[in-house]
Parts: sequence; structure tokens; C-alpha cells
Amino acid sequence: MTAGTSAFVGAQPILVNASRFRAAHEAEWQRLDALVSRIEKRSVKALSEDDLLALPLLYRSALSSLSVARETSLDRALIAYLEQLCTRAYFQIYGVPTSALRQLRRFFVRSWPAAMQALWRETLVAFLLTVAGVLVGYLLVRNDPSWFYGIIPDAMAQGRDPSASAESLRSTLYAKHQDMLATFAAFLFTHNAQIAIFSFALGFAFTVPTVLLIVYNGLMLGAFMAVFASKGLGAAFTGWIMIHGTTELFAIIVSGAAGIRIGTAIAFPGRESRGDAAMRAGHVGATAMAGAVVMLSVAGLLEGIGRQTILDDMARYAIGLAMLAGWLVYFYLPRRHDALAV
Amino acid sequence: MRWPFSRKPAGPRPPKTLRRSFVTPEGVDLQLELGGAGARAGAFMLDALAMIVILVVVTIVILLLLTKSSADVLAILWMIGFFALRNGWFALFEMGGRGATPGKRLMGLRVVARDGARLTGGAVIARNAMREIEIFLPLSFLGAQTADGTADGFLTIFALCWSGIFLFFPLFNRDKLRIGDLIAGTWVVRSVSGTLGSDLVAHADRPRRVFSEAALGLYGVFELQTLEDVLRNGRSDAIATVAWKIRDKAGIPDDGDDYGFLSDYYAALCARLERGLLVGKRRENKFATSQAA
Repeated sequence: MTAGTSAFVGAQPILVNASRFRAAHEAEWQRLDALVSRIEKRSVKALSEDDLLALPLLYRSALSSLSVARETSLDRALIAYLEQLCTRAYFQIYGVPTSALRQLRRFFVRSWPAAMQALWRETLVAFLLTVAGVLVGYLLVRNDPSWFYGIIPDAMAQGRDPSASAESLRSTLYAKHQDMLATFAAFLFTHNAQIAIFSFALGFAFTVPTVLLIVYNGLMLGAFMAVFASKGLGAAFTGWIMIHGTTELFAIIVSGAAGIRIGTAIAFPGRESRGDAAMRAGHVGATAMAGAVVMLSVAGLLEGIGRQTILDDMARYAIGLAMLAGWLVYFYLPRRHDALAV
Repeated sequence: MRWPFSRKPAGPRPPKTLRRSFVTPEGVDLQLELGGAGARAGAFMLDALAMIVILVVVTIVILLLLTKSSADVLAILWMIGFFALRNGWFALFEMGGRGATPGKRLMGLRVVARDGARLTGGAVIARNAMREIEIFLPLSFLGAQTADGTADGFLTIFALCWSGIFLFFPLFNRDKLRIGDLIAGTWVVRSVSGTLGSDLVAHADRPRRVFSEAALGLYGVFELQTLEDVLRNGRSDAIATVAWKIRDKAGIPDDGDDYGFLSDYYAALCARLERGLLVGKRRENKFATSQAA
């Protein structure tokens, strides 16, 4: 019965690794804890220069403490503390993005054109789908005007249907609106941008809804073209649509292309795992879609203000073509390789 | 049952707990804990509530300020503001240093990139653009139904099921990924913070009990850490029960000081098991074969 009997001995120090470890490093951990708490509460600017320089060193030493503690210590509280400390420090050191201004600059200088170049195939496909939609819509309505009512909802037609007279159609192209121009522009922008984001997100369903949206967009354009062309207003209508359409349609095509990229990456991941393929496609697609929103804000201004004040066909053509050329040069002009590396 | 075209999983499947390995560039695994579905839904509700409150307040203010001359500007402000709120609230907050919207912060969550790299703007935009089909699509179906009630019943059921797939997607995968997380390569993890618990072995300025090898050979790491929890919680009934159990097993007479006994036993057991660790012997629990001292 004496096997387990405990006897008291004097203050003989029992040292476990955790105690030794705490004694050696606790001051460092506390300092790191204090620094990280300060950044979390305010920002990294709250640190002095010395603290800033010390931060990565303290972080690495805490990480190595964590590794050693996991292997040699059985003190669970110590390991839990080090885990949360390292995690918080990690987020402050690696997780914090650069300043908003630098992110914006990076987006316009590098990320956006790079994403557009990466998406060229999908962009081409979306463009061809739009063209196909326009052709089909045009031919259908030209051959049988009743198709128009099947394609365009009444609310959108606003009287611009095959039964309208050439005079009333002409007036819709050259009507001079003076009031609420900026409001109109803002409405167009938010409405179109929401659709662009939507068509990007819909790409997730194996691109089917995105493709439908793109083709339908083309169909509507083709149907309107047929109505105006049948009254001899084809060129005028093209100018009316072109002033903002080169930008707006391009943006819709781009957001559709971003959706197509996601859907195809999920359906056909190739050599990568499905998750990795989706992720890479998501990054490229989201960047291009954010760009499309920027384009749509420009298109909104052109449509809401430019088109209502510029009534000359030639000027409308010139602005539309210049915008298109500008976008194409910005996106696809070859750059030095390192300039686009994201 | 294996479906004909499902490939075998490439690696070991992730465990069913919410702990995930997350390797820093320094090569240390931080073992992050994923946010639960409930916490995430709560965070979303808080954010949605905040957005609605802001929208209502701003709309009321704009209506109060409304005059003939300023209608134009106010209408533009409202439209752009609504757009920015709907699409920018989540993205802008998550792009900031905290990696979390106010709702997520309140629920103790944050967004991180799964690969351990910096969270990029593209990832944040991607994960939030997907809300269009996760939240607004189902909502707009419901809204359209209540608005006209004319749509074909079958079509509505189909549409609801289809959008429900997106809405409840996080419940059907182990990592609790939204579609947005899937596309963006992100995780939502719990952001924990805590203080360092006191050292249970320190303060050796009093006489300590000594235990025989047989008494110390009873337990392994699992029991040691359970004992640590008991000591840190400090509940007297738990301490009494555990002390009685250990004394009973080891055949040690009761000396009336349960807490002192347990902390001495903890220190001695901890030192013994750590000596084992140094020579590469880790005894997981009491069922593992007892090692030679």
C-alpha cells in the first residue's frame, strides 16, 4: 500500500518546459501582444519606428516559440495563447492590404489590363454571341415585324415599335432633353452596373444564364435596329447607340466574359482541382468585372449627358469610335512583361 | 456508394471539426478555426440590418431636405448611394485592415485567403459579387411573387429551389464555404484573442509532494491536459472528485489539501511526460502502453 504514498520534500524546483519557456520568452510575447493590440485598435500608424522594426522579429520569434512549444510542452494554455497571438500578428503583418490609393493605382495600371488580356478568349466569345444575337434579332424583325413584340417588353419599347411612324422614331433619336440629365446618367449607371455584376455572378451556374443574358442583349439591339432601319433611320440609330454603346456594350461583354470564365473553370477545371480553377477564374473575373463597372460609369455619362446634348451624327460616331479605340489600346496594347505581372 | 464520374479524392479529406491547417509563409501551421454557419448567418443579419437602417435614415434625411431646386442632386446622391451601399458595404470593409464587416467583427469573424497569402481586392470583390445570386436572386424571386402573384406555380418552385441551392450552399460542404468563398479562395475564420493563463507549475516555494513511478505511470497527455483544465477552472467539486479518483487509483492517503495535491501531481506528471517527449516517447492517454521511466 505504500507504493504511491507521497512524501513531502523541500522547495525542490520542479521545472517543466513550459515554465522554462515562459521565463525565457514571456516578455517578448507580451510586447508583441501589446503591439498587435495597438494596431488592431487603431492602425499600424500608431506604432513608433522602433516598434515597427521590432514587429516582424517578435512575430517570428513567437512563431518559433509556438513550434517549439507544440513539440516539447504539454501546457495547453501556453500553446493556445501562442496560437492566437501568432494568428493575430500574422493577420496584421500579412493580411493587411496596402493603402486604398495604392490599390487603386495598381488596379488601373496593372490588374485591370492584365485581367482583360487573360480574358481575351471569353471576351471574343461574348462578342460573337452578341453579334449573333444582333443578326438574329435584326433578321427576325426585318422578315416578320411581329417578332419585335416577342423580343422587346412594352415598357422598354416606349412606342418605338414597328407601327411607329418614321417621324416619331426620328424624334426619339434627336430629342433634346435638358432637365435631369445627370439624374438620368446616374440611373443608367447604377442600373447597368447592377446587371453587369449579376451577369458575372450568374456565370457560376455553368455560364448558361450569362450566355442567355448576352444573347438576349444582342437580340434586343438587333430588333431595335430592324425597326429603325426599316424606316431608313439605320445610320442615325447606329450613331445614337454608338456614342455610349461602344463603351456600354463592351462593358456588358466583359462582365459576361468574366462570368463565362468562372462557369467554364468550374465545369472544365483541366489539370487543376475544381476549387483552384474556380479561385483563379474568380480573381481574374472579379477584376474584369470591377473594370466593367468603371466602364459603365463612363457609359452612363456618355448616354445620360453626351447623347442628349450632342445631336450631330458624325460627332456621335466620332465619340463612339474614339472611346472604343481608347479602351482597346488601354486593354490590349502590349506592355513590358513585368508591367502586367499581377 | 461511388457515383460513376466522381473521382476519388486526391488527398486526405478534411476532418469534421472546424479546425483547419493554415500554413504561414514561415512554414508554421496556425490551426485556424472556421466560423460556424450560425455565427456567419448572424453576422450577415447584422450587416443587412445596418444597411437597411442606413438606407432608411438617409432616405428620410433626403426627403426632408427635398426642395425643387435640389431634387436633381439628391436623386443622384440617393441612387449612387444605394448602389454603393448594396455593392460596396461588404467589399470595402473586407478590403480594410480588419478583413471584416462590422457584423463579422461583432461575431468575431474575419475573412482570410485560404492559401495563407494576402487577401487581394480581386478576391474580396469576387466573394461579394456572388451575393447577387446567393441573396438577391432568391429575394427577387420572392419579391416578384408577392408583387404580382401571376407567375406559374411550378416555375416559381423551380426558381426557388434553384436559388436555394446557392443560398444554402455553405451548409453542404465541410469548410462552410459560400459560393463567394469558393470563387474567391477565401475562408471565414474565427478571430480569437486571449490572455496567457498562469503557469501551474511555478511558485515552488513550498514543500512539494513526491510521487512514486507507479503513481505517475497511470496517466498520459490527454489526462494531464484534462487535469490542467480542472485546475484552471478551479471548481471545488470537480477538484475534489478528481483528487479522490487519483488518490484511489494510486493508493495515496488523503491529506486534506485537494488543490495542493492536484497541482503537485500535475507538476510531477507533466515533468515526467515531458521527459518522455525529449526521447521521442509521447504517451497519448492512459490506455497507451506505459513506458519505461
